[in-house]
Amino acid sequence: MMTTPYVMLVDDEVPFVETMTKRLDKRGLKIVSASSGEEALKTLKENDTVDVIVLDVKMPGMDGIETLQKIKKNYPLKEVIMLTGHATVETAIEGMKLGAFDYLMKPCDIDTLVAKVDEAAKKKKSHDEKIEQARIEELVLRRGYD
Amino acid sequence: MAKNKSKNYYKSLERNMILSTIIVSFTPMILVITILLHQYQVSFQEKTNAHLNELVQKHRQNIDTFLNEKLGNIRFLAMTKDFDTLNDDEFLKKKLQFLRNDYSNVFVDLGIVEASGKQTAYAGPLGFKNVNYKDAEWFQNAWQTDSYISDVFLGLRGTPHFIVSVKQNENGREFLLRGTIDFMAFNSLVQNLRLGKTGYAFILNREGNFQTQPAMNFSPAPEGISFLWEAVEKTRSKFLVTQWTKKNGEKNLYAAGSLKNGEWLLIVKQKTSDAYSSLRKMYYLALVIFVIGAAGIVSMAYYTTHRMVRRIRKADREKEGMNQQIIETGKMASIGELAAGIAHEINNPVAIMVEEAGWIGDLLEEEEFEKGKNLEEFQRALTQINTQGQRCKEITHKLLSFARKTDSRLKDVQINDIITEIVYLSAQMAKYNKVTIGTNLQKTLPYITASPSELQQVLLNLINNALYAMEKTGGTINISTKISKIEPDSIVIVVEDNGPGIPEANLSRLFDPFFTTKPVGKGTGLGLSICYGIINKMGGKIDVQSVMGKGSRFRIWIPFHK
Repeated sequence: MMTTPYVMLVDDEVPFVETMTKRLDKRGLKIVSASSGEEALKTLKENDTVDVIVLDVKMPGMDGIETLQKIKKNYPLKEVIMLTGHATVETAIEGMKLGAFDYLMKPCDIDTLVAKVDEAAKKKKSHDEKIEQARIEELVLRRGYD
Repeated sequence: MAKNKSKNYYKSLERNMILSTIIVSFTPMILVITILLHQYQVSFQEKTNAHLNELVQKHRQNIDTFLNEKLGNIRFLAMTKDFDTLNDDEFLKKKLQFLRNDYSNVFVDLGIVEASGKQTAYAGPLGFKNVNYKDAEWFQNAWQTDSYISDVFLGLRGTPHFIVSVKQNENGREFLLRGTIDFMAFNSLVQNLRLGKTGYAFILNREGNFQTQPAMNFSPAPEGISFLWEAVEKTRSKFLVTQWTKKNGEKNLYAAGSLKNGEWLLIVKQKTSDAYSSLRKMYYLALVIFVIGAAGIVSMAYYTTHRMVRRIRKADREKEGMNQQIIETGKMASIGELAAGIAHEINNPVAIMVEEAGWIGDLLEEEEFEKGKNLEEFQRALTQINTQGQRCKEITHKLLSFARKTDSRLKDVQINDIITEIVYLSAQMAKYNKVTIGTNLQKTLPYITASPSELQQVLLNLINNALYAMEKTGGTINISTKISKIEPDSIVIVVEDNGPGIPEANLSRLFDPFFTTKPVGKGTGLGLSICYGIINKMGGKIDVQSVMGKGSRFRIWIPFHK
């Protein structure tokens, strides 16, 4: 039984974020939203339990790539899905090089998005578990030597 | 207007260039000719004058010698014989005969004149014995000096002659031995002196009377010739050469030398134009050279300048074309950016609309709506919104992908992909013109290194031209690609239509910048020239074949890497 992924939506288009939130919420995802890169980082600081971040590439102020870099630097285990218009496919690819999980083109099909989020959450979860495992093994080993 | 202005600009450019060329070439030529001519004139005149001088000097000596010799003869006679011997007609006759034999009849007669002026003895052809010379001018002058040579005068005999006399004093008894010199014999000394066509010599006395017969019909006004006397005295020299202009404008060259102890003047006169005739020939020669040189310079200046200006004009026009091309490219790029911006801006609201529709769809799935009688209609409408949203997405996608490629960065591209894309973009336009676009693309063509946006531009241009040509009639455009059999290692793209074709007269000018058959304002005439430039830059080739009424075929060869 999978736990519900905790998703953060970051997009400067507020109506889009609102509708998205409602739709994802209806599909059983836990959602928090931010309308800019700065806000997203602030929210992450306060709330460390977010699993997956859906990030719009083109935003005023701090753009998607910059936000992604900061997120990946501070929270390397959090998975990021880039959301983009066509003009910025290259940017999205660049994002993936920087460690984004995947990218989707706007307007995207809701089911595709949910599927991607699930995948990302699964990956994150397995990462988390692996780290947990490693940590336990390390503890066991240390005990063993003691 | 602008065209007119530039026409004037080239005209004035041409004019200025011709003028400066002419000035620069003429100035040294005129300077050289003038200086050389001047130098030549000066040295020539010096030479002529020296020659005249020499001539006068030589003849002056001759004449002086002649006169002194005659005087010497008389003096010798007077000194060697006493009065009584001399005062005898027979003796004088004998002596005259001697002298005439010795000096070729120069002496006409001999005579003895006493103080009273009476000629006591005489030998000669005229019966002048006992003639009294008391009042004769020569006698009065002769009595004052030991020896005397008179001016030429008519005297008793009525023919021109002059007298040579020697005064003797024998034991207080004074007498003159006189001889008459034949004028013609003396005259011949001077008359034979001729120069050129107009030069001749004569002798003048102090009063300005001729002492010889002038060769030409020449009668100098006394005041006219007296300047020579003044000049001779002023310069205190025995010779001089001068030029004097008569009142009627005739210029003459005079060379003068004094004779007979300054009593007479030997003058050689020549018309200046005659004396300097070879100078005039030189002037004519210089003039001819100048005229020929000037004609050469002017025609060369005109010809080369004309050619140069035509080249400049062509270069300017090409430059203008290039500028236009740059502007065009810039325009395309900015249009591309604009399109990208708009597409992105449209994309966002469309995304929201689609999301909202999706949300409604989500809500409709809830139970309370399941029984609504219009549920199906709602769902159909939502599907429609979704479909149209997807369509918008596709359009913006195309627009963006096109716009994104308007750069000239080189990439390895697959030409077939570009053609497919362009055909898709042109299909709508073609449909309006009742034109169908078909493709026949060879699969697995090698990649070429080119700018995709430039290739798009070339293909769009060719398609648009074909569409324009078939605007009224409709028709088909066929685009095919294959590996060229003519050009090594090249892909050939053939764009052919079955439109009205291109008139043969236009074929050669088709790729010229600004060549257009479209009405003013409709076309820049740059399209095909830009295509040509792009293909050329890639190292490729473009050509065109056309048959009137059958259609046109453009072929583009682009090299690929092996």
